[in-house]
Amino acid sequence: MKRGRALLLLPSGIVIGAVLVLPLVMLLVISLMQRNPNGGIVWGSFTVDAYVSFLWERGFSGERELNWDYVAIFARSFALAGSATVTSFAIALPTALWMAFQPPKRRLLLVFLVTLPFWTNLLVRNYAWMLLLRVDGVFEQILHTTGLLTGRLGILYTPTATAIGLTYSFLPFMLLPIYLSIEKIDRRLIEAAFDLGAVRFRVLTRVILPLSMPGIAGGVVLVFIPGIGAFISPELLGGGKSMMVGNLIQAQFGYSRNWPFGAALAFVLLALVLAATYLHRVRFRSAP
Amino acid sequence: MFRRLLLAAAIAAVPSLAPSLAEAQTKELKLFNWSNYMPPDLLKRFEAETGIKVTLDSYDSNESMLAKLQAGGSGYDIVVPTGPTLKNMVRDGMLLRIDAPKLANFKNVGPAFDKPDFDPERAYSVPYMWGTTGIAYDTAVTGGKVEDSWKVLFDPPASLVGKIGMLNAPGEAWNATAHYLGIDRCSEKPEDAQRIYDALAKQKASVAIYSSNATADRVVAGEVSMQQMWNGAYRRAKARKATLEWIYPKEGLDSWSDNFAVPKGAPNLENAKTFLNWMMDPKNIAEASNFLGYNNAIPASAPLLSEALRNEPAINTPAAALALLRPVSTCPAGSLDLRDKVWTRLRR
Repeated sequence: MKRGRALLLLPSGIVIGAVLVLPLVMLLVISLMQRNPNGGIVWGSFTVDAYVSFLWERGFSGERELNWDYVAIFARSFALAGSATVTSFAIALPTALWMAFQPPKRRLLLVFLVTLPFWTNLLVRNYAWMLLLRVDGVFEQILHTTGLLTGRLGILYTPTATAIGLTYSFLPFMLLPIYLSIEKIDRRLIEAAFDLGAVRFRVLTRVILPLSMPGIAGGVVLVFIPGIGAFISPELLGGGKSMMVGNLIQAQFGYSRNWPFGAALAFVLLALVLAATYLHRVRFRSAP
Repeated sequence: MFRRLLLAAAIAAVPSLAPSLAEAQTKELKLFNWSNYMPPDLLKRFEAETGIKVTLDSYDSNESMLAKLQAGGSGYDIVVPTGPTLKNMVRDGMLLRIDAPKLANFKNVGPAFDKPDFDPERAYSVPYMWGTTGIAYDTAVTGGKVEDSWKVLFDPPASLVGKIGMLNAPGEAWNATAHYLGIDRCSEKPEDAQRIYDALAKQKASVAIYSSNATADRVVAGEVSMQQMWNGAYRRAKARKATLEWIYPKEGLDSWSDNFAVPKGAPNLENAKTFLNWMMDPKNIAEASNFLGYNNAIPASAPLLSEALRNEPAINTPAAALALLRPVSTCPAGSLDLRDKVWTRLRR
């Protein structure tokens, strides 16, 4: 019996080993090797240089100097992903509430509409936002004709545009889990709260929100973590002026030809995300 | 029994048929090219004339093309490196020898392009477009002509602050600044890197975007009013916006030539050669030039070029400006590292 169970678990074990553990081990090995100036690594040359470079990089003349650049890029990534998480939560919660209280047939249609953007490429959707935000773009023209604005909107190619792009890209990942958990709430509990004299706001804060906490927690994780690693939005909407971690890592495997540093950055990011997720779990486990 | 035997024979015959079928089906060519660097209609005509199906992927810098090839298993048959990159690829054994002079149409290649310093025997490459990296700007915004100098890009007048577009590649930013400051582009001196970084950091406040894609669209839309630009992209923009002007900076500017080459491990070498030969036909290369707005290396295509192209000084470089062209060359690794550092620091 026990052997049979072990055999049944084997396929998933192989999959986890092949697509999760193996690449991570490869990444770890690469991060501990010397770089080849033409790209790639020098095999069998152990060094922790890549990790040291995160804080003490070699300057133009080759001497080590304390350098906060990479810390700043990480901080920016966490801030932008955090703001996207907060904004998308603020949009997703009322939307999910409204959706969950529609007739069942319409609910299906609404869920379908939420997933509709996934039918097109993320790149295309970012370009669409460029058309909306650009000089003489759709938003500016609307604001001009309605007289709400006379000058330039001036949002495109700023971190604000990056935040808008991230919020838009990841909103469905916040909306769907929250919607699902609200939809599953036993309606009788809500009716009971009203019968016991609770006002609408109280029902929301004392009944609906606590019961939809699993969905909210899931949404936060699904938006925040991919948000940190985003690299299309900062490049297109942010104008390539302020990197996020994703751009930095991509550059190491691209034009900078510094694979070990790119791999080391990926590990630093992984450690930070794991720490954040752990704190998050502790926080939500103690929640009512 | 006999019937069953026949069936078995038929089944046994299928695998032996399969290879020849597969061969007939691999009339394919995987092209890895700069974005917007090949007219779609031209590829369609190539497919129609040769029966070879082309798939096209694109990149936006030599560095990202190299990175993808070095990652391995890309399966591309043709890539389009700029001269110095091509030289490095030959040195690193990344390319297949194709002996271009043995291709029938190589006789059409002009004298300036048949023995380039980066591939003197043309053993590995066939010329495609050549051009310059200069500055384009909108006279409607500046209110007239500006000085023919890199100074306007790095220290722009008030009307251009926040409306500067820079190309998104370490080499482009570094070279432009080196011309501006009179520094050797291949410098390995830390103090030169510091000066270049300082100039770029000072300029950053005026820059709207660092991007090498769709520069023409941004200039035409008025999102940027001055752009570090490839001359062919400028030509396309100028056709849509007459108030644009081109600058040959008096300090000198990069000239470059792109080349078709076949990476090691290309699955369809013969199809690649067919394509390379086809692209040296004056009619075909003229069509590419007319679409892209870049000059090419096939003199016999000149009568087939559009009048607009022949009359455009940014493409048909005037004699006086020819003296300002500085062909890009291969820099030592130390210099390349410095420009990476400058670039990362700039965009932190």
